[in-house]
Amino acid sequence: MGAGSGRLYVAVAAGGFRRYATYRAATAAGVFTNTVFGLILVYTYLALWDEKPQLGGYDQAQAVTFVWLGQALLAALAIGGGGFEDELMERIRTGDVAVDLYRPADLQLWWLAADVGRALFQLLGRGAVPFVFGSLFFPVALPREVSVWAAFLVTLMLAMLVGFALRYLVALSAFWLLDGTGVTQMAWLAGLFCSGMLLPLNVFPGVLGEVVRALPWSSLLQAPADVLLGEADPLGTYLFQASWAVALLALGRLVQSAATRRVVVQGG
Amino acid sequence: MAESSQPAVRDLRRGRAVEGVRAYGLIAGMWIRSTMAYRTSFALTTFGNFAMTALDFVAILLMFSRVDALGGWSLPEVAFLYGLSGVAFGLADLSVGSMERLGRRVRDGTLDTLLVRPVPVLAQVAADRFALRRLGRVTQGLLVLGYALVVVDVDWTAGKLLLMPVMLLSGAGIFCAVFVAAAAFQFVAQDASEVANAFTYGGTTMLQYPPAVFALDLVRGATFVVPLAFVNWLPASYVLGRPYPLDLPGWVAFTPPLVAVACCALAGLAWRAGLRSYRSTGS
Repeated sequence: MGAGSGRLYVAVAAGGFRRYATYRAATAAGVFTNTVFGLILVYTYLALWDEKPQLGGYDQAQAVTFVWLGQALLAALAIGGGGFEDELMERIRTGDVAVDLYRPADLQLWWLAADVGRALFQLLGRGAVPFVFGSLFFPVALPREVSVWAAFLVTLMLAMLVGFALRYLVALSAFWLLDGTGVTQMAWLAGLFCSGMLLPLNVFPGVLGEVVRALPWSSLLQAPADVLLGEADPLGTYLFQASWAVALLALGRLVQSAATRRVVVQGG
Repeated sequence: MAESSQPAVRDLRRGRAVEGVRAYGLIAGMWIRSTMAYRTSFALTTFGNFAMTALDFVAILLMFSRVDALGGWSLPEVAFLYGLSGVAFGLADLSVGSMERLGRRVRDGTLDTLLVRPVPVLAQVAADRFALRRLGRVTQGLLVLGYALVVVDVDWTAGKLLLMPVMLLSGAGIFCAVFVAAAAFQFVAQDASEVANAFTYGGTTMLQYPPAVFALDLVRGATFVVPLAFVNWLPASYVLGRPYPLDLPGWVAFTPPLVAVACCALAGLAWRAGLRSYRSTGS
C-alpha cells in the first residue's frame, strides 16, 4: 500500500467521522439514553454484587466500571447494530456495490476505514460522556498508571478490528440472501450476549462461561474491560484479539472474492 | 347558541375518534397483508423479535444461577415483574411502537402527505408500518408471565385475579402514552428519537427488577414523573404481599386504570401541541 492509497483511507475515515458528527441532536439523544441504561444496569449490578461480593472475581467498583464501559462501547463497536453493515447490504441488494468494485480502492479496506472513522466519533461523541458521568457519580475502579490506559487503548483498537470483521461477514451474506434482516438480527443477538453487554462473561457459569470467553465477541467488551480493570495480562489479550481479527478479516477476504465473482451487473 | 353547539362538538369529537380507530384498523390491516406476502421473512423477524427480548430474561436467569435473591426478591417474583412489564410494553409497542419513525417523516417531509388526508394524523402515524412481528415480544412476555404464575407463591383471591388483566391493559395504556408523548417531542427535536428509548425500552427494563434495587430518586421519578411504577411495581406488590415502594398507601395498587387514562389524556394534549407547532420542511 503506497502513501497515496494510505492518504485515501485516512480521508475515508475522516469522512466517516465527520458524517456522524453532523447528527448533533441524535448524538445528544444517544448520550442521554446510554446514561439512563447505564443507571438502570448499575443498580441491578450493585444488587447482584451485594448478594454475592467478588462475583466473577470483580468487586463492586469493578462491576460498576464494567457497566459504564459497556455503555461507552455499545455504539462505538456497534455491538447492538448500527454500523456500516446496513448500508453495505443495501448497496449489495440494489447492485450499487458494482460501482464500489470498480473504484481503485479495496472494498474491505474502504469500509474498514469508514467504520473506524464512525467508531472513533461514537467513542468520543457518544461514549465518553456516559463513562465520565458514571465515574463521577459511582464508585469506579480506574487505573492510575498511564501504561494501563495505553494498554487499554490498544485493546480498543483491536476490538474495533474484530467488531468490523464480524460485521463485514454479516454484510457480505447479502450477496447470497439479498434480505439480510435475519442475519443482522442473529448477529446482534450473538454480539449482545457473547460480548458481555448483558452480563460480564466472567459471571457466566461453568462451560457456558468458558465457551463465550473463547468466542470472538469477547474481544469487544470483556477483553478491553479486563485490561482496564487489571484482571488480564495485556500481551495475552492482544494475542487473543489479534488472532481473531486476522482470522476473521482473512475469512472476509475469502468470502468477498467468492461473492464478487457472483456479481452480475445488470443493464445495458 | 353555545348550549346547542356543545353536543354537536362532542358528536364531532366522537366521530373523529371512531374514524381514527377505523382508519387505524384499515392501515394496520394493509401492512399486515403486505407483511404476509413474505411469510418466511415474517416468521424469521417475529422469532428475532422474540429472541431479542428473551435475552433480557436469559440475563436474569444467569444472575439467579449465581444468587438466590435480587434486592430481596426471588426468581419467581422477579419473573412475575418481568412478565407483567413485558406484556404491557409489548402490547403498547405492537399498537403504537411505529410512532418512533415520526422524526424521520418530519425530516424528509413525508408527514405532509398524512396531513392532507381526511383521517386523524395520530391514527395514521400509529398504524404506519404496523409491525405484526412485534407479537414476538408479547409472546415472550406471556411465556415468562405464565411461568411466574405457575411457580410464584401467592394466595389468590378474586381481587388479585381481577387485578391481573386490569394491570396488563393499564400498563399497556401507560406505555402507549409514553410512546405518543415521545413522538410529540420529535416535532421539536427531529432526530432525537433515541431519547424515547430511554423511557420506553429503558422503562420496561427497569420494571423487570424489584424497586428496592434502585436509588430512591429513580423510584420517585418512575412513580411521580413518568408513572411507570403503576405498570407493575405497585399492583405486583399488592399481589405478592410485598411492602409498597416509597411507603405508598395500599389503595394505590388499584389506581393503574386512572393513571393510564390521565397519562393518555396528557399525551394526547402533547401530541396536539406538537402537531400544531409543526412547520413543514417546505422542500
